[in-house]
Amino acid sequence: MNGNDPDGDHHAHPHDHHGSALSEMDLRVRALESLLVEKGYVDPQALDILVETYEHKVGPRNGARVIAKAWRDPTYKQWLLDDATAAIASLGYTGRQGEHMIVLENTPATHNMVVCTLCSCYPWPVLGLPPVWYKSAPYRSRAVIDPRGVLKEFGFELPADVEFRVWDSTAEVRYLVLPMQPPGTDGFSEDALAELVTRDSMIGTGLPKTPDSTRGTP
Amino acid sequence: MNGAQDLGGMQSFGPINPDNDVSPFHADWERRVHANTIAMGATGKWNIDMSRAARESLPPAQYLSSSYYQIWFEGLKKLILSTGLATADELESGESSTQAAPVPRVLMAKDVSAALFRGSPVDRPAGAEAKFAIGDWVRAREMNPSSHTRLPRYCRGKRGHIVAVHGAHVFPDANALGLGEQPQWLYTVRFDGAELWGGDTTAASVCVDCWEPYLEPPSAHDD
Repeated sequence: MNGNDPDGDHHAHPHDHHGSALSEMDLRVRALESLLVEKGYVDPQALDILVETYEHKVGPRNGARVIAKAWRDPTYKQWLLDDATAAIASLGYTGRQGEHMIVLENTPATHNMVVCTLCSCYPWPVLGLPPVWYKSAPYRSRAVIDPRGVLKEFGFELPADVEFRVWDSTAEVRYLVLPMQPPGTDGFSEDALAELVTRDSMIGTGLPKTPDSTRGTP
Repeated sequence: MNGAQDLGGMQSFGPINPDNDVSPFHADWERRVHANTIAMGATGKWNIDMSRAARESLPPAQYLSSSYYQIWFEGLKKLILSTGLATADELESGESSTQAAPVPRVLMAKDVSAALFRGSPVDRPAGAEAKFAIGDWVRAREMNPSSHTRLPRYCRGKRGHIVAVHGAHVFPDANALGLGEQPQWLYTVRFDGAELWGGDTTAASVCVDCWEPYLEPPSAHDD
């Protein structure tokens, strides 16, 4: 938790000094892993591949490809809204924590925001592993009651007549927000559009970048 | 379980502090906890609902003062202990002093990619007709099981309407207890913000995925 930790340090126990808490957890986890390896329950090379996969191979660039394609291709967009699991799989993004996908379309009248109040459910194949704030108590507690305030904390405001719809991922259905295409990008290539799609815009806590935007949001 | 995991609508946790750090990990041990949790889940000694139940069963004060991967670490140890895969002494020392227990599977390096790519879909053939259809009004049951459930407290007893029917999915309340998958119809229910929170909300609506046993006709308690 510790999402309210003013120095942004999310892993240290509040009563510990940073260094000691880290090294203590390092040792405890190392002890557990060596035990599991010794007993033959886990393959150490499989662990390395798991770490590598979730660190470098899956991430929000996958989701950005999906969104950019939907912006360019109305037929693909309709498929995405009708059967997101299949439409996303057609780009090669499938598997764990993305088995049952739903895409939520933002419109001038409706803004969607996704949360998992009970844990940290998140569509791994298209967004990678969730950022720290997504798993933390401040976001999980507040998104369902004050999504407008949450969005403001991310630096975005929408007109008062925009309806905020929140989606709490309580089952194995995973949600991906289809943000509105930024104005002035009609002739853009899929690659150029994908560059504008931020991770947060696919969660609903942000908006896509605009071509002239200098905003460095994730 | 009315545990600390059920956070929706709680207040005073402070700012969200969105950071620009795209790495989900802050320290190497967090990477290892994540990998070990997935690899141990693949042994087949427990299921994802049991994993969630183990994490939720941490005392609320401990849950709320732990980082995310500390919670995973504690949950993993709990599952290893409760399934007899290791003793508490072994977990502490990291040295094996008892014989390894048999496990149904071990996830080998060569199989990782395929396993992740395949995932674990939870849709199942339905054993009965769905009780509700899109557009139907329903009420989330007032229920407080001390075991695992995925019905958040904030919507219990509240009325909403069905906006999607997803087919029958593994029922976590049963699966977490080792009672089998007992697939149930899964619906997305849209609750109006005012129904959940009165006037103290900026949400027009909140959608919650609810299995059929969580729902009843809206008139169930009307006079």
